[in-house]
Amino acid sequence: MRKLALVSMVAGLAASGSALSATQIEWWHAMGGANGEKVDEIAAAFNASQDAYQVKPVFKGNYTETMTSAIAAFRAKQQPAIVQVFEVGTASMMAAEGAVYPVYKLMADTKQPFNQEDYLSAVTGYYTDKDGNMLSMPFNSSTPVLYYNKELFAKAGVTAPKTWQEVETVSQKLLDSGVKCGFTTSWQSWVQLENFSARHNLPFASQANGFAGMDTELKFNGPAQVAHIEKMSEWQQNGIFSYGGRRSDSASKFYSQECAMHMESSAGYAGVKRNAQFDFGVSELPYDSNVIKTPQNTIIGGASLWVLQGKSQAEYQGVASFLSFLSRADVQADWHQFSGYLPITTAAYELTKQQGFYDANPGTDVAVKQMTSVAPTENSKGLRLGNAVQIRDIINEELEAVWSGKKTAQVALDAAVERGNVQLRKFEKANQ
Amino acid sequence: MSVYFPQKYLPYLLLLPQLLVTAVFFLWPAGQAVEQAFYQEDAFGLSREFVGLDNFIELFTSPEYFASLLTTMVFSFSVAFLGLAVALWLAVMADRVIRGAMVYQTLLIWPYAVAPALAGVLWWILFDPSMGPVALALDAIGLDWNHFVNGDQAMILVVISATWKQISYNFLFFLAGLQAIPRSLLEAAAIDGAGPSKRFWGIVFPLLSPTTFFLLVVNLVYAFFDTFGVIDATTQGGPGQSTTTMVYKVFNDGFVGLDLGSSAAQSVVLMVIVALMTVIQFRYIERKVQY
Repeated sequence: MRKLALVSMVAGLAASGSALSATQIEWWHAMGGANGEKVDEIAAAFNASQDAYQVKPVFKGNYTETMTSAIAAFRAKQQPAIVQVFEVGTASMMAAEGAVYPVYKLMADTKQPFNQEDYLSAVTGYYTDKDGNMLSMPFNSSTPVLYYNKELFAKAGVTAPKTWQEVETVSQKLLDSGVKCGFTTSWQSWVQLENFSARHNLPFASQANGFAGMDTELKFNGPAQVAHIEKMSEWQQNGIFSYGGRRSDSASKFYSQECAMHMESSAGYAGVKRNAQFDFGVSELPYDSNVIKTPQNTIIGGASLWVLQGKSQAEYQGVASFLSFLSRADVQADWHQFSGYLPITTAAYELTKQQGFYDANPGTDVAVKQMTSVAPTENSKGLRLGNAVQIRDIINEELEAVWSGKKTAQVALDAAVERGNVQLRKFEKANQ
Repeated sequence: MSVYFPQKYLPYLLLLPQLLVTAVFFLWPAGQAVEQAFYQEDAFGLSREFVGLDNFIELFTSPEYFASLLTTMVFSFSVAFLGLAVALWLAVMADRVIRGAMVYQTLLIWPYAVAPALAGVLWWILFDPSMGPVALALDAIGLDWNHFVNGDQAMILVVISATWKQISYNFLFFLAGLQAIPRSLLEAAAIDGAGPSKRFWGIVFPLLSPTTFFLLVVNLVYAFFDTFGVIDATTQGGPGQSTTTMVYKVFNDGFVGLDLGSSAAQSVVLMVIVALMTVIQFRYIERKVQY
């Protein structure tokens, strides 16, 4: 075994040649396809910009697979220096205090210039501790927006709805004009409960949505959320809403023009542009005007970069300078414009605006505006819930029981809260 | 007459490689799963707490777990029955073909080469409520297909996806079994006036019983353990819990949710169930098999 390692090492050294003196930094990520190529490009640009460090991006499959393999690697002491983790994995990463190297600490320890003020608080807020320190570096963040079919809208003589009340009247007119369904939604738990709560400044869970402590309890069975789900259930029956699956499967209803509106991640822009055979528009996620007058920001999805413990000082120097490179306005603006993910710094947003990108691609700035129009509150900063994957599954199951008419909104949300709390207690116990 | 080997250790030596493989790839991981089932641990393995039977108690007091047990039974028996019935029917048909038999037989074996997750995606596209050709055809004849809301339809979809590729495997064994049945028996029966149906149920089916029995065991094990890829690619266990089988729950809680303790406890339960089923099959059903 050792002989084999030696042979492959020699072969590797012979092959890499020029990179011999550079410190290698491994970066595991979950970006496939075009985004994956862009990731390689970013790493290559960093490697070309200096010769002390060599960042090596490794594609590890989807988010779940990337996280699971990083954890398995950590247990076997073979972990990468940087790993990309999706937002629902945040609580697990945070709780693993001995395994992660908080970004703010890394930057301070390596004396890397780093000012948290430069970053969009609505984005970084999801990844900070309760004192506001950034624990991981946001990389690809998105937020749900409303896509609508401009052609069907013109035919029905309606404009994009701002409130849920308007969603109903607009949909009714669309149905009258012969459209089969008003709207559909992807990621129902994220869009219709997590973001619905944030947008109306309502708690999704106690303890500041879990930011203030692990002894948090779910709170999304409040009257506003119940009323919203009840309304959606009624709409599912009369055709205003049509359920299309747990992930992004619902997109096919929008592409086939069965539904005139789709609530989906802002990062889905490229997909909509490629698949929609019609003129489409982007608008902010609706809010209920009876609940709130000025809506709050929405919360983000996507992933951030976590630095893992157990590497050498030299490697951490490299990691820190790479994270600074990633935050540079030109690098960020390029990534934002290419992928449709949110820019993480104000400078990157300003640069993109200056370059005229938003004028050339109308709708791409809706998500940024929706995120930054107001200061985030403790209810709209994000969620920090353990066993978040299981909780989302529970919510999916209970909501599906509502759509099929088996349960009322109140019964289903009460059950989801009760079952979700069991998961939270389990996480608390496992991470004491 | 008794035969004995003069060499005392040779048989053990010859068995050793197989025993080693079993120990390393089965006994050791299974032992780890059993151990893990009594602990609650964070994902990174930084802290670990012995919780006794807590993981099991939690499972058996949760109505959702019993629901998934029921779902698993419906799913597994449907897959096994459908897979065997369709494969047998196809094998009987292919066995009769004289011209171009190789072509039919080869084509029927092809689906086995498709990976389970990919098979799931193929069926998922065919049945997509707004774009899938099958779903649109069903809509056209007045059957409203939407497996995102309708649990029974979702179950039908995963059963079809899981069965489809297994049919090829079963077909291969049935065809071989059919070809091993002596023609003379069938001819004798025909001369005595037995019709095709009588010949099938009276001669062919009993003579095929060793094959059928073997396939029943293999298919049930397949449906129990190997099908989470199909479910993940098509329904992710929904709508509600209508397609959350036990093995999908093990995969989802362990690898997606990172709750290792509960996932391990569930796999221990699954191991016990399959062991029980195998014992039952060999004790009761095998008696009806004619070798």
